[in-house]
Amino acid sequence: MTSASPPVQAARPGTSRTPAVSGAAGFGRLLLSEWTKIRSVRSTVWSLVLLVVVTFGFTGLFTWLTILQWDKSGAASRAQIRADPVSTILGSGLEFGQLTICVLGVLVITSEYSTGVIRASLLAVPRRTPMLAAKALVFAVLVLIVGWIVTFPSFFLGAAILHSHAPVSLSDPGVARAVIGAGLYLCVLGLFAMGLGGIIRHTAGAITGVIAFVLVLAPLTQLIPGKIGKYVHAYLPTEAGQLIGQAHQQANQVLSPWEGFGVFCLWTAVLLVIAGYLLKTRDA
Amino acid sequence: MIEARDLTKRYGDKLAVDHLSFTVEPGRVTGFLGPNGAGKSTTMRLILGLDRPLSGTATINGKRYADIAQPLRTVGALLEARAMHTGRSAYNHLLFLAQTQGLPRSRVDQVLGLVGLTEVARKRTGGFSLGMSQRVGIAVALLGDPQILILDEPVNGLDPEGILWIRNLMKQLASEGRTVFVSSHLMNEMAVTADHLIVIGRGKLLAETSTQDFIERSSEKYVLVRSPDAATLAGLVAAAGGKAEPENTAEGQAPALRVSNLDAPRIGQIAAADNIVLHELTPRLASLEEAYMELTADSLEYGLPAARPPAPGAQPASSEPAPATAQGRTE
Repeated sequence: MTSASPPVQAARPGTSRTPAVSGAAGFGRLLLSEWTKIRSVRSTVWSLVLLVVVTFGFTGLFTWLTILQWDKSGAASRAQIRADPVSTILGSGLEFGQLTICVLGVLVITSEYSTGVIRASLLAVPRRTPMLAAKALVFAVLVLIVGWIVTFPSFFLGAAILHSHAPVSLSDPGVARAVIGAGLYLCVLGLFAMGLGGIIRHTAGAITGVIAFVLVLAPLTQLIPGKIGKYVHAYLPTEAGQLIGQAHQQANQVLSPWEGFGVFCLWTAVLLVIAGYLLKTRDA
Repeated sequence: MIEARDLTKRYGDKLAVDHLSFTVEPGRVTGFLGPNGAGKSTTMRLILGLDRPLSGTATINGKRYADIAQPLRTVGALLEARAMHTGRSAYNHLLFLAQTQGLPRSRVDQVLGLVGLTEVARKRTGGFSLGMSQRVGIAVALLGDPQILILDEPVNGLDPEGILWIRNLMKQLASEGRTVFVSSHLMNEMAVTADHLIVIGRGKLLAETSTQDFIERSSEKYVLVRSPDAATLAGLVAAAGGKAEPENTAEGQAPALRVSNLDAPRIGQIAAADNIVLHELTPRLASLEEAYMELTADSLEYGLPAARPPAPGAQPASSEPAPATAQGRTE
């Protein structure tokens, strides 16, 4: 103990009673509280810094490699890049950068369980689901803003590098929507990870689960032959969600960019509702 | 006021809390006693709405915890001291809780000062000792200036100075008319802190009584008599209206008797009248801890055979002298 015990006479909290506040401002207070939680741990800062650095770095690296390999690559792949350069740019860096959001989304909720903070949180908000809603909203807004902070510069960097071979501009049809949409994708991905984290409640298990959805399931479902495989693959959460990062729907794709994003949102909503239901009914 | 009615909780096939009913009144410190695994923490979690009971109800001032608006202003709880994000500062831990209740930042500074952590408030709690974490937990409990306090083993990890501090704090809070419900597995700690006791074992209520009654009822008086002629003395004692039971004796010692209903001077007279040699004549008071161990002996969850309490008086050396118990009575 670093300091001497204060005299008991100081223990007069009764003299400091603050006026009770009406319940109207209730949800706003929860938002403020969740913001304090999320900004006061270092994993948030590190994950978001990593998101920016990794996405920006890999976007530059991969678009540069694309240019280097341009003459050796096949006509088909060149045509594909020329048809939709924004998809190439956004797909390269975010493929790695998105993993930081998967981890952060899981941690935002599972760290409460692993540290025991969840008990303090639920004692303060015993109805429980408003706490989850406030957490989801604060986290979503944070990731959306940081997402745009990373997708716009990444796009401009990639576009500048590709310019000589596959010129693309923000004013081209569908391009602005794709860049804005990439930020939206990260935001929903964060909530998707958070929903799964709330269901599984253990960090390692939940991260494994999210990574399985994002990286493992897609190639696996591509092995399913025929039309069924094509549809299952198209409706996977992140496969569908990533379509929003394309300028336009390609001929062989089942879903349009917005439809794909809608499917991803639906998946996420289902996970969050399950997480909310379990939060409400399970012992904490 | 806290009321538990027929509270039952099952984890798997284990009945953690078994039809438990009790009332915790304001204005006094109520001790919640029981061996490890008796169901104390579970009961507190049920009262606080963290766990759902299988059946029965727990209410605080007549309401379920979940129905209390801004609950931290009504109920302050300390459960596990280490339940903090190790990367977050004590200040931010208290701040996010204060914000949910609409409490100002100044209140956070105030409670941190109250528990003596102002200097380390901005440091990450990962580096805190158990005692410091316990103080953060107490600051959390006091944050909303609640009328009801629920503290699970608050003296754990505190140094003697800290133990004295929390004892006095609890008494003061009770004297202000607040309800103070504090659990412990240590009888002696509760004897000097609590005004009222609720004792449980294996999830069942064993006793609900005032501390003073418990002490008086439990403090069995007897006299230890050691004599080479114990058998004869036992007969004489019985004839004089006393009750003599043989005591275990160490190798090489004269046999001993445990005599009740007669005081030491009278036993001395009886022995002198028949020229019986006495090697020892010691008035004894069974300790409170012994009485408690006896009460809970059958309900020990993790008791080892060797850890079971000895028959009363089998180890008189562990009996506390009378003054220690008298102290418990006066406080």
